[in-house]
Amino acid sequence: MSKNSVAFRLYVAGESVNSRQAVANLEALCSECLPGRHTIEVLDVFQCPERAMEDGVFLTPTLVILSMDPPRRIVGTLSDRGVVTRMLGMDLASL
Amino acid sequence: MATSTGLAKSPTGITGLDTITHGGLPKGRTTLVEGKAGAGKTVLALQTLVNGARDYGEPGIFVAFEESTERICVNASSFGWDIPSLDEKDLFLLDAQPSADLVQSGGFDLGGMLAALDAKVTAMGAQRIAFDALDIVLGLLEDRNAVRREVYRLHDWLLSRGLTAIITHKAGWRGPESRTTRFDFMQFMVDCTLLLEHEIVKGISQRKLCVVKYRGSSFDANEAATVIGRNGLEVAAFGPESSAYPEASDERVSSGIERLDTMLGGGYHRGASILLTGAPGTAKTTLCGTFVEAACLRGESILFVSFDSPSGEVIRNLKSVGIDLRPFIEQGLLHMRSTRTTVGSADIHLLRVKSDAEACQARCVVIDPLSALSKAAMSYRTQSVVERLVEWSKAHGITLMSSSLLDGDHPDSEGTSMQISTLADTWIHLNYLVRGGERNRGLTIVKSRGTGHSNQVRELIISDEGLTLADVFSAGGEVFMGTLRADKERVDRLERQTAESESRRQKVKLDSEVLEFEARLANLQRELSLKKAEQSALASEEASESSERTAATEEIRTLRGADADTPTGTIGTNE
Repeated sequence: MSKNSVAFRLYVAGESVNSRQAVANLEALCSECLPGRHTIEVLDVFQCPERAMEDGVFLTPTLVILSMDPPRRIVGTLSDRGVVTRMLGMDLASL
Repeated sequence: MATSTGLAKSPTGITGLDTITHGGLPKGRTTLVEGKAGAGKTVLALQTLVNGARDYGEPGIFVAFEESTERICVNASSFGWDIPSLDEKDLFLLDAQPSADLVQSGGFDLGGMLAALDAKVTAMGAQRIAFDALDIVLGLLEDRNAVRREVYRLHDWLLSRGLTAIITHKAGWRGPESRTTRFDFMQFMVDCTLLLEHEIVKGISQRKLCVVKYRGSSFDANEAATVIGRNGLEVAAFGPESSAYPEASDERVSSGIERLDTMLGGGYHRGASILLTGAPGTAKTTLCGTFVEAACLRGESILFVSFDSPSGEVIRNLKSVGIDLRPFIEQGLLHMRSTRTTVGSADIHLLRVKSDAEACQARCVVIDPLSALSKAAMSYRTQSVVERLVEWSKAHGITLMSSSLLDGDHPDSEGTSMQISTLADTWIHLNYLVRGGERNRGLTIVKSRGTGHSNQVRELIISDEGLTLADVFSAGGEVFMGTLRADKERVDRLERQTAESESRRQKVKLDSEVLEFEARLANLQRELSLKKAEQSALASEEASESSERTAATEEIRTLRGADADTPTGTIGTNE
């Protein structure tokens, strides 16, 4: 993973509509804006509820940007791509 | 507790709440607790879970959306609930506060929380769950439909898990007509709704709770006063059934005034509630004092609550009439409490009286004056507080003495603002009778249940030796007291003396008249017997004369020889 690579972890709740949208939105964003500079870990809280409890993830979907210090969280379907890119400090217009 | 439908219930263990809900919250169903900020929703939810875990063997999970778990533990410890001492398997606190810098992009749901909780419920075998301030997280959802969707998701999960759930929710209650919040549908979803209210009346906090609905169960629909006290929430409800009362006692306890005991046929009944009414200064507190003294002399523990009058003053004032309470305090028999009415609502005061009395195991409780409570706030609430006070004292066999000022608007009526007279077993009224420039204290036993009692007004005499009762002087339909009584008694004595000497004089006169008549009678009798003697003498004289004349006639006839056998010699003697 390069120095500029972004690590994402996405908590989803099974196959719920919000969760499916979030996965799709994140993948689209990454392939467009961060090609080859990202990793995505998808965690299903139904499969590992203890992780959700430990990590304090109660609203799904929740995106955690692990590569930021401290890690930042975004709740929701990520339908507004600008929220993610602004948090990553990327100027959407320049991309 | 049995209900008409046999619906299973989970007791909350909150004093009074299980009474008005006829057994507790619906088991395996959801209860909505609504109220404004500070109404006591969190306390109710947490208390139900703590009691469930500790006393009913029902493990629980508390999901906090508004406060950190540390703060909840601190708040709980102020009510004496030691959450850290409970096993985490029995009570689990989940900090589910959305972070303050929560960034949102698009729609979301509560799936993560339910998944996490589902695992936890299974692991713990939890039976109770509380979602505190669900409105916080619902407020983050994008629209009305999302809120509805998530609430139904939550509700379905709760039902499928058979959890007894409490959802607290901030909401203003503006009357049934105007309630149109986006969370209204929750009302229809849940099986039970409790409404908590907190308001400030005349500067004093007043709390109340109302069961708005309870599907499939009867409940008390009336508003009930609540108090958040040292042990958490307490709901004012009528406690034990009458069958739970101890047997009515025939034992008498002294009033501390011998003659009053006599008037009452031996004293007050043990376990009775005694009401003293009267205007200020009619010696109500002094009568309380004699009762306290008598109780302490019997070696009983007694609680004396004085409102708006420091204990020191009460003790000093009673000492001036010969009642020294200090030794009893030192012996640990007398527990004096002094409080200002304005420090809390009538319900708060009742709670304190009860806990103080139970702490010192009081057999008697004196509240002077009880009417101070009506000053505290809304009078309709005070009425219920007084009823509960009387009921509580009866259930514990405590002899309760309370004094009451008369209603200022009707100083002449023997009624009280709190209508407590109907609740009193013995009612003693003290009043001033003003006549001839003097005020004197009159004492009347208005009623005394289950005992014969004197119907007479007595004069209450207070000296530095203590109290006693004097017979009042009544004459010509009027009652006299004080100096007038003394005057009247003196006048009466003089009159009586005059009357006595007059009758003595009359007697002497009559005696002499009788004697005179008797003398005259004797004279007349003597004369009568003389006359009678004369009469009989005359009669015998007449008789001898006539017989002599007969004899002479015979002789003449013989002498004349008129008859053959008549000797002639007889006639000759007649010549």
